[in-house]
Amino acid sequence: MVRKRRDPEQRPSPEALLEAARREESADGKLKIFVGAAPGVGKTYEMLQSAHAKRKAGIDVVVGFIETHGRAETEALVRGLEVVPRKKLEYRGQIVEEMDLDAVIARRPQLALVDELAHTNAVGSRHPKRYLDIEELLSHGIDVYTAVNIQHIESLNDVVAQITHVRVRETVPDAIFDRADAIELIDLTPDDLIQRLKEGKVYVPRQAERALEHYFSPGNLTALRELALRRTADRVDEQLLNHMQANAIAGPWAAGERILVCVSEDPRAAGLVRYTKRLADRLHAPFTAISIETRRSLRLSDEQRDRLADTLRLAESLGGEALTIPAVGRRIADDVVNFAQGNNVTQIVIGKSTRSRWFEMTRGSVVHDLVRRAGNITVHVIAGDDLPGEVAPRTAVQTAAPSEPFDPLPYLKSLGIVVIGLGAAELIQPYFGIENVDLVLLTSVVAVAVRYGLWPSLLATVAASLCYNFFFIPPIYTFTITDPTNVAAFVLFTVVAMLVSNVAARVRTQADAAIGRIRMTEQLYAFSRKLAGTATLDDVLWATAYQIALMLKVRVVLLLPEEGLLTVKSGYPPEDELDQADLAAANWAWGNDRPAGRGSDTLPGAKRLFLPMRTGRGPIGVIGIDNDRTGPLLTPDQRRLLDALVDQGALAIERVLLVEDMDRVQRTVESERLRSALLTSISHDLKTPLASVLGAASTMRDLAGALSDAEKRDLLATVIEESERLNRFIANLLDMTRLESGAIVPNTALHDLGEIVGSALRRAAKILINHKVELVLAADLPMLELDAVLFEQVLFNLLDNAAKYSPHDTTVSISSRREQGFVLLEVADEGEGIPPDELESVFDKFYRVQKGDHVRPGTGLGLAISRGFVEAMRGTISAANRRDRRGAILTIRLPVPAQTRALDAAA
Amino acid sequence: MSAAPIKVLVVDDEPPIRKLLRMGLSTQGYEILEAANGKTALEKLGEEPALIILDLGLPDVQGHDLLRTIRARNEAVPIVVLSSRGDEAGKVQALDLGADDYLTKPFGMDELLARLRAALRHQLQVKGERPVFRSGDLSVDLVRRIVKVGEREVKLSPKEYELLRVLVQHAGKVLTHRFLLRELWDELTDAQYLRVYVRQLRQKIEADPERPQHVLTETGIGYRLKSGN
Repeated sequence: MVRKRRDPEQRPSPEALLEAARREESADGKLKIFVGAAPGVGKTYEMLQSAHAKRKAGIDVVVGFIETHGRAETEALVRGLEVVPRKKLEYRGQIVEEMDLDAVIARRPQLALVDELAHTNAVGSRHPKRYLDIEELLSHGIDVYTAVNIQHIESLNDVVAQITHVRVRETVPDAIFDRADAIELIDLTPDDLIQRLKEGKVYVPRQAERALEHYFSPGNLTALRELALRRTADRVDEQLLNHMQANAIAGPWAAGERILVCVSEDPRAAGLVRYTKRLADRLHAPFTAISIETRRSLRLSDEQRDRLADTLRLAESLGGEALTIPAVGRRIADDVVNFAQGNNVTQIVIGKSTRSRWFEMTRGSVVHDLVRRAGNITVHVIAGDDLPGEVAPRTAVQTAAPSEPFDPLPYLKSLGIVVIGLGAAELIQPYFGIENVDLVLLTSVVAVAVRYGLWPSLLATVAASLCYNFFFIPPIYTFTITDPTNVAAFVLFTVVAMLVSNVAARVRTQADAAIGRIRMTEQLYAFSRKLAGTATLDDVLWATAYQIALMLKVRVVLLLPEEGLLTVKSGYPPEDELDQADLAAANWAWGNDRPAGRGSDTLPGAKRLFLPMRTGRGPIGVIGIDNDRTGPLLTPDQRRLLDALVDQGALAIERVLLVEDMDRVQRTVESERLRSALLTSISHDLKTPLASVLGAASTMRDLAGALSDAEKRDLLATVIEESERLNRFIANLLDMTRLESGAIVPNTALHDLGEIVGSALRRAAKILINHKVELVLAADLPMLELDAVLFEQVLFNLLDNAAKYSPHDTTVSISSRREQGFVLLEVADEGEGIPPDELESVFDKFYRVQKGDHVRPGTGLGLAISRGFVEAMRGTISAANRRDRRGAILTIRLPVPAQTRALDAAA
Repeated sequence: MSAAPIKVLVVDDEPPIRKLLRMGLSTQGYEILEAANGKTALEKLGEEPALIILDLGLPDVQGHDLLRTIRARNEAVPIVVLSSRGDEAGKVQALDLGADDYLTKPFGMDELLARLRAALRHQLQVKGERPVFRSGDLSVDLVRRIVKVGEREVKLSPKEYELLRVLVQHAGKVLTHRFLLRELWDELTDAQYLRVYVRQLRQKIEADPERPQHVLTETGIGYRLKSGN
């Protein structure tokens, strides 16, 4: 069979394959969601029936939480299943029952039934939302069946609100819907559902009866049913698409669509993001939310700024990308189009402006500019009126409003400045006339505006106007104005004062903001420089903790995983132990990569707030912060600053950890290399002399009669020489082993270098028999702190090496001289020298200078041992090539001990 | 002198070593007694060996303990110990316990025979001290206290002469630092002094002080004067 050549475009998409692999390999449990268009369609009933089928098939099923609402048929179905007892919590004097999450996890069933996915847990539970409980069950490898109505899906929330005029407060993120392994739609026609409602088969809380009458109108139900069908179809579509991509089936999917949504601090921006999510889902396109930071952005209130951040986070939680980019062009539309073109965006979503016609005429309309400049990019303009004014869901961590207590001082000072202005005006009026008085007063208003900002300057404006009227406009000392000219002057004065103070105050605000940003940037820069300069993990952790504590005025602990357990590694002020609640929150934050503890969704009872620290490569630790105030810990600005600091700290920690990892890897590689070198060395260096000895000895035994006396002597000489070589090799191995096991403790005393050189030469006499030896020792050498045995061995090794690497009849020279506080001893040969790039590696274990593919005989240990011994005696040893001729030169450098001179003098 | 063969007791647990020594030594006219462990060694002491070759690593008894026991029973018999390289402390201890010399395994037969001869000669010297020691160009007249290198008389300081005299009295035998210090000063004196005097002595009696031919350094152990002709 001829295999069809595959079109490169038709290769399976890596993302799809990865996704498939994740689903298959993940140890997480499988999630099945039973979806209905409205209450009463029979989700719970269907879920229970499926559970029974599973139980019959031998699956271990338990009921985690199911509310039967007293319906007999449902109750009958529950009865046949094991029910995990609920947990009772007391909340405001009432007993509330919730699923006992820990009990279900401890019970470890294969499948747990947990109804009402969108349920909000009672205060005091681990998670505020049930879907978080379910995620935790899944993460423990437990399969979960759950049920939800379509109106609870986050991205459909406002659509449902438009249809039914009832906004559902309990929502679940689309992500949980998308991660479900199976979706089963429980469909019932509107007529059947209304019939069931009339028969009392639908549970309706009494107080909601009237509202629900409207809710269950045929029109509403049809619309909801369509939504449910479409959302499920989208989901099925997506699975099909994944399947097709994973199997490289060419499909009709739209490729290359990218959607951009422009968001602002406008409360309706959240609706825009949801609209974009639905559009993106239909097109299977990624989407990005951008906010353009203009000069106006600086003047946003904290509430607005918070809302903008929440909207961007909503985009992220819906699976999009969120970016804030600074305005560059004169018009916002230019920046949007530039970004869109630079990122291959095909569609832009923007809200219809709510600005007045006047504003658009004077400043231009972003929407019009955008449409005009967009070229072939589709622009969706969403009518703002259709989107209900609704705030994006609060972020996972509550932030505090920055509380600035009212300070009367600036106001009093403002009035003081106006009084001074008044005095000055009184002084100059006789000389310059009333025309210049208003300028003096105006100056005082501007001074106040520049100095104290908007509100004090408005007070100053009022005060100055009144003073102007009272003291200067005739009739003076009354607030009445008789002359119409003066009325005009007064009105003009007030208007000008207002405008000027406004402008001056704004300039001041901007300057303040700029200074604040500069200071923050400087601090961040200083922090990153400090981090860059630290090398050890402890220093990095300490610097991070200290900096965050300093800049945010909080207490900080840093936790890193250590042998699988999250452990406190640093803190400011130093902290060693966390209490149980905090430790649980920290572990949860680490395990789930989400904030936990004080002010967050999870374990809000903990003393601290714990945030995961992560880098591009994944989570690396957890930071915990707290302070003495009650309520939320941080203002939104502080939260943003914390994020920046934590990111920098995380990067630095990762850097240090990576370096450690690399070191470890390198050491492993090194020891692998050594092991193989050792094997080579032992097999070669032990076997070669043994073979010679064995060969010579057996020749002597078996062929003695046929050998001449000279031949016999020759063979015997071989036996002796090779045995000696073997002996040296074993001695080297022993030395190396002693050195590495730390068994070498130099027994140092003051020694005469010449004496040790002499005994080393005597020991090496046999080896150097074919070489000339030149010995030049300076006469004034001091005694040195040495271990004579070790040092003799070092010299012996150097001499052995010199003899080995230089031809017969050349000279090996030993010389020594004093150089400031050191004595240098050099052993030089007339061999071929050492290749320049190997001057350092000759001291590596089992290293041998290679000539072609020929390895010199020897152990490759001599120099490594020499270095180890010399360093144990606080000296250094280095290799170089001779300058005066060919050959290598090994230099030992030893410090001259202080007491040597005294002894020399004594002798 | 060669009427009765000299008895040498070989104490070593390795049969090949004993065999080697038996073959090597019998060619030189020695009579060999063998012991594979400490117990047998003590039994063989009754046969009055003239010299003992003692391996320090025995299966049944600590080499140093055996050495101490032998010395307690017989003060005079020369003992040459066999030990492994890198055990300088063990050698020094053996010498201090009364061993006369040591040999590091593996060793050559020529070296062993030289050590045995030195040890035996030393024993004879102790019995009847020779008035003039000669070795190469060095001659030391212990009676007239005259030291000559070739025909040149060498002036030595009293301490230098004392050092040389002790070395001559034990010529061919290794002397530990501690032994020399005890003989010349006292045991508590710093070994540096000894090294300084050895250096000075060498400068006076050696042709090339850096490559001495008479006063040899036994690194980590002590000194040995090359035995005379």
